[in-house]
Amino acid sequence: MFLINCPYCGERDQSEFTCGGEAHIVRPKQPTELSDDQWAEYLFMRKNIKGVQFERWNHAHGCRKWFNMVRDTSNDKIHAVYKMGEKPPVV
Amino acid sequence: MKNKYSIFSLIKNAFSQHENWKQAWGDPEPKKEYEAIIIGGGGHGLATAYYLAKKHNIRNIAVLEKGWIGGGNTGRNTTIIRSNYLWDASAGLYDHALKIWENLSQELNYNIMFSQRGVMNLAHNLQDVRDLKRRTHSNRLNGIDAVWLNTDQVKEFCPIINTSPDIRYPVLGGTLQRRAGTARHDAVAWGYARGANEMGVDIIQNCEVKGIKRNGDQVEGVETSKGFIKTKKIGVVAAGHSSVIANMAGLKLPLESKPLQALVSEPVKPIIDTVVMSNAVHAYVSQSDKGELVIGAGTDAYVSYTQRGSHDVVEGTLKAILELYPIFSRMKMLRQWGGIVDICPDASPIISKTNIKGLYFNCGWGTGGFKATPGSGDLFAHTIANDEPHKLNAAFNLNRFVSGDLVDEHGAAAVAH
Repeated sequence: MFLINCPYCGERDQSEFTCGGEAHIVRPKQPTELSDDQWAEYLFMRKNIKGVQFERWNHAHGCRKWFNMVRDTSNDKIHAVYKMGEKPPVV
Repeated sequence: MKNKYSIFSLIKNAFSQHENWKQAWGDPEPKKEYEAIIIGGGGHGLATAYYLAKKHNIRNIAVLEKGWIGGGNTGRNTTIIRSNYLWDASAGLYDHALKIWENLSQELNYNIMFSQRGVMNLAHNLQDVRDLKRRTHSNRLNGIDAVWLNTDQVKEFCPIINTSPDIRYPVLGGTLQRRAGTARHDAVAWGYARGANEMGVDIIQNCEVKGIKRNGDQVEGVETSKGFIKTKKIGVVAAGHSSVIANMAGLKLPLESKPLQALVSEPVKPIIDTVVMSNAVHAYVSQSDKGELVIGAGTDAYVSYTQRGSHDVVEGTLKAILELYPIFSRMKMLRQWGGIVDICPDASPIISKTNIKGLYFNCGWGTGGFKATPGSGDLFAHTIANDEPHKLNAAFNLNRFVSGDLVDEHGAAAVAH
């Protein structure tokens, strides 16, 4: 449990947010061209990093906007929060 | 068995104030090379080593554990054992384990305190009733004991449950598996460790794996905090840290690691002599032999390796517990903890070969791995020894995420994941 600095609303309790998992997984441009292996990679395979991870969060019980976050999963420390479409910061 | 435990050995050792018991397993330095290495000294890993030695005659094995054996999820779960799963593949897997549990204390000559006190799953709405009745039928077709109980029968089986129709989640009935129950989690790790060690398996604690050495498509050994160890077969049973090990070998797995919490109360006199689980409100409770209520909560909905978990998750679980069991309203909770569970998208485990020769994974047990410990070890040992899965774990291969042939127990299991 931790505090999240929503880029739209400011600092709020984590229980107001839902996590959308790993960020920057790009939806395939031409889904019909994909092999089964590529589909599996896109749908299921995750880095699941112990350490600094880039992920998507949604302020579900607030502004309901999506944004990205850089968090260390080994200690839940948040390094950066940035809006969708912005370039991921170097951490 | 060199050091067999019995009533006579107990009496004999009582005369020397129990000071001359022999060490149950050794504490060796790693050798330069092993026939097989198991990464992870929890119940599943130790069981794998035990069955490799016992059934497949592979005895030159090391079990590498970064902390102490049984100190991860083996020592952190709520010790529930049951096999009432919906799908055929899961029913086969978990009932295989349950059958081994039934004779495990005798087999290991170690009291794992397996207690078939029954597991009851409650239904709180009409959809629960339909789902649980369907699961009961499916269980019985698979030869697994299961009965449907109406509200009065639930109350009769566990009188402290609040079955009033006026509560937020009224009890509309439930299923009961009488062969299900609990076991002493530490004893499972210790019993398998002792059994495996007796057959020549080296159990190496405080030995963290730092890297996996590959030569092309074949594994060559592991880099550890105690130096390099050569081997041609590696079985990874690292639970929440499976992805960390997989990344070392250049593999990606379909897993997310999340904290799952549990808590125990102060010890009280016997009040609940079974295990009660509730899917809809995500709360389950049993009572340990020490008298503590053992309560299982849910997972946090984000990846974390912190072994802590959020307070609101525990709060939600306790709200449900209090409504179902008003008698617990003034109980004090003694301890709360988290374990890191590795969850697959279909909430079923992976017991599988990989596309790297000699590298095997047993992971993805998510929130319910303890119950499968003996079966998982047995089937994983078969997979490693023969380089082919046993028919009971064939469906739990890694390739199912490519073929789409998932074992979708998400929501079909007795408790929501």
